[in-house]
Amino acid sequence: MKIEMNVNGAARVVEASPYRRLLDVLREDLRLTGTKEGCGEGECGACTVSLDGETVNSCLVAVAQCHGRTVKTVEGLAAQQGDKEILHAVQTALVRCGGAQCGICTPGIAMCAADIVERELLHDQDLQQARVMVRELLAGNICRCTGYQLIVDAVIEAASEVGLQRRERASRRTP
Amino acid sequence: MLRVPPVGAGFQRTMARMSQPSTTHVGASMPRVDGVAKVTGRARYVDDLDAPGAWHGITVRSTIAHGRLEAIETLDGFAATGAVLVTAADIAAHGGSNEIALIEHDQPALVAVGAPVMHVDEALALVAAPTRAAALAAAKLVVARVVPLPAVLSMADALTANEKLYGDDNIFKKFLIRKGHSDDATFDAVMASAAHIIEGEYDTSPQEQMYIEPQGMLAEWRDGKCFIIGSLQCPYYVHKAIKTLLQCGDDEVVISQAVTGGGFGGKEEYPSMLAAHAALLARKATHPVKMIYDRAEDIAATTKRHPAQIRSRLGVSAEGDIVAIDVDVVMDGGAYLTLSPVVLSRGVLHAAGPYKCATVRVAGRVVATNYPPHGAFRGFGAPQTTFAYERQIQKLARYLGEDGLTTRKRLALRSGDTTSTGQVLTFSVGTDAVLNAIANVAGAAPVRSGVSAKGSTVRRGRGVCFYFHGAGFTGSGEARLAGRAEIALLRDGTFEVRASSTDIGQGAITMFTQICAASLEVDPALVRVIDPSTANVPDSGPTVASRTCMVVGSVVETASRKLKARILEWGASHGMANQTVALCGAAMARAHYGADHAGADIAELVQYQPPPGIAWDDATYSGSAYPVYGWAACLVDVSVDLDTYEVSIDRCVQAIDVGKAINPIIVKGQIEGGTLQSLGWAVLENVIYKDGKVANANMTNCIVPTFADAPDLETILVEVPYPYGPSGAKGVGEIPMDGPAVAVANAVEDALGCSFDSLPISPEAVFASRSRWSFS
Repeated sequence: MKIEMNVNGAARVVEASPYRRLLDVLREDLRLTGTKEGCGEGECGACTVSLDGETVNSCLVAVAQCHGRTVKTVEGLAAQQGDKEILHAVQTALVRCGGAQCGICTPGIAMCAADIVERELLHDQDLQQARVMVRELLAGNICRCTGYQLIVDAVIEAASEVGLQRRERASRRTP
Repeated sequence: MLRVPPVGAGFQRTMARMSQPSTTHVGASMPRVDGVAKVTGRARYVDDLDAPGAWHGITVRSTIAHGRLEAIETLDGFAATGAVLVTAADIAAHGGSNEIALIEHDQPALVAVGAPVMHVDEALALVAAPTRAAALAAAKLVVARVVPLPAVLSMADALTANEKLYGDDNIFKKFLIRKGHSDDATFDAVMASAAHIIEGEYDTSPQEQMYIEPQGMLAEWRDGKCFIIGSLQCPYYVHKAIKTLLQCGDDEVVISQAVTGGGFGGKEEYPSMLAAHAALLARKATHPVKMIYDRAEDIAATTKRHPAQIRSRLGVSAEGDIVAIDVDVVMDGGAYLTLSPVVLSRGVLHAAGPYKCATVRVAGRVVATNYPPHGAFRGFGAPQTTFAYERQIQKLARYLGEDGLTTRKRLALRSGDTTSTGQVLTFSVGTDAVLNAIANVAGAAPVRSGVSAKGSTVRRGRGVCFYFHGAGFTGSGEARLAGRAEIALLRDGTFEVRASSTDIGQGAITMFTQICAASLEVDPALVRVIDPSTANVPDSGPTVASRTCMVVGSVVETASRKLKARILEWGASHGMANQTVALCGAAMARAHYGADHAGADIAELVQYQPPPGIAWDDATYSGSAYPVYGWAACLVDVSVDLDTYEVSIDRCVQAIDVGKAINPIIVKGQIEGGTLQSLGWAVLENVIYKDGKVANANMTNCIVPTFADAPDLETILVEVPYPYGPSGAKGVGEIPMDGPAVAVANAVEDALGCSFDSLPISPEAVFASRSRWSFS
């Protein structure tokens, strides 16, 4: 079956069995190996990608479901300005806070964290509430290295940075 | 935006400033050098590597726990698949030796026809085909005929030795430590003189490492040489195993590490098996062969933490001092010897705990059963015995009516005291620092009875523990290993660290970069740690035993200092006195590496020298068991839900003496990761075996803590420097795993008023304890 998808901003056409997992099509056909397989049964979240703006476990999505839709993987998280790569706020914060260790769960966590940050799901929460919310929102992503603490730190830091930038931009537009 | 700025932000900004190039980089939280590659998905793990023309390998495994392999047959249609089949006969046909070389050579790469099958999921044959689907289909057409034998599936059955799996007694290894007495009669007399004896029996459960990247390996033969790259901790362990398997020379096998998605010990010995299988298939298929385990196969077939049964007696004087300690440790080694003797060794060496006592007897045995071999997992035997001794000390505190921290402070080892093996502690003993750190932050104990956020009735409790962990190899192990590392000045004026220590997520390459840059006094940007491969790095010893920073880091430090001296000397004799190392180095490189340079690199290769005064006697199991110890104390608050019987961890504080934190954020990450593995082992992790087979071989039922299961972790870094470590650093990788589980058990005891002496303290275990609850 011919499947047309927008992947990380580019139109892609793949010829694939409709039953193949989105994970395999991304990794094998499109060679986007940033998306990882940790369990193959939707438990660990290492294969998380964004499908039309919703985070999904790509090991549980048949590629036929993606026809005509938009997929974003970790390779599409950073912005490109000319030759320069501008990391997403969650990527910068994960590096700065020590939220990535072995790194195999990191792409999935970065995708979920970016979703939390961009949708401002922590908006108007105090710090303690925000930390609890991050733990609930990321509960589908398993990390065995960090004990989660430094990842929670990173998501909180990225969320406050993005929130601050957006409000600064908004206040410049409406003096 | 958040209403309250995160408290961490200021700390992070300070850290960012500190990580700017300066004369010393040690002690600053330089961002991980592999951080950007990992957050962008560019880091290439073994399954991400381009491997044109690679076939896929599948393992045909035993379905029974014990038997004899009668035949391996292929069904009709196998030939038509185009797949290749490898059996043990292929190894002999090429003059190889069918064994996985480790401590002993008792484990075959593949069970030979006529030989015993020793466990469920043991490898019997291998299949490779151009695609994974084709290989799976072909593997279904391979049938192993096995005649079953009675299986040994408990430590008790192993010790009765009715069915002999290893020697006459099924005992892989035993140890006996005697301190302050020469025979059992003398020991018994001292124990009999005690005013009171605290007795206990403890059971700890097997534990799955659950690294998120399953095991994987890629093998290829080129010009008669075998090249293997994969997810692994110890390139030279794999090198030794494959050389033995193929009966070939050092240079005919090259083992490289791909970026590795976690190990925790699980990728210490098992990768040798997987590499052997990939190498054999690649030779027969005449294609590169990739073998990537799926999660179920990984959980079912690879190693776990050794289950243990520990009996302990503490003889106590009328004054509340410990007059005698008697410990008997039995561990289940599984079907082959693998690393079990060393795991048992570390277990018994920690079994008496960090407490003063003149008369100690510790006996340990590790037995053969028909389970898949148990193996290395962070802590390596010490978490099991720590669980037992810290339950015992807690029972002593309860008996004396003393606060748990007070008892520990009163009885703990300090500088000048001797351990159970008679080692006199002379430096870097963080006892008071860690105990005081916990006491300072403890605050009020939680209110006992209450209602949870979900509306359930809860009982709350608090537990503490105090523990230690020997860093580096046991006894004279480091002298025997003679780990080496090299620092080179390259043509372009940059520096290269060459070591076989792998970064499996713990931050080794960042730590080496910092130590090297600080010792050379150059910008860390000029330093690169090369990807380990047996073709281009010396053998630094394995990446295990909390030794990478302390032991290999110290070699990197020495080699860097030697190279710095050589460069400055060259500079001084070439009109560059008082110039920086970077400038002199660049000039020296230009002068040395001409356009047609073919000679040796400018490099310093250094071999590890153990500190003075390390003497160990293997025969009597006495002396300096480890060059130095890490010291730690832990406090845990729990709530036990009286409706669901779940134990929640409300608070966990760890104070750990690491000597010196080379990179505080990385050290914090190490401690917190180990802490949560220990908390998970305490309340929710378990491996269930049914007839010798793992019954919960999925992440759905072989659970580990999620974000939502974990509390915010409080970590206190304590630095009591180790004079022979790089900038004072000592091991940190394993110690955080040892203590939290028993602090949880002590806290649940505090909440419910009854003992919890087995792991895990699952809802089922709490439910079963109802008749013993005693609320004061």
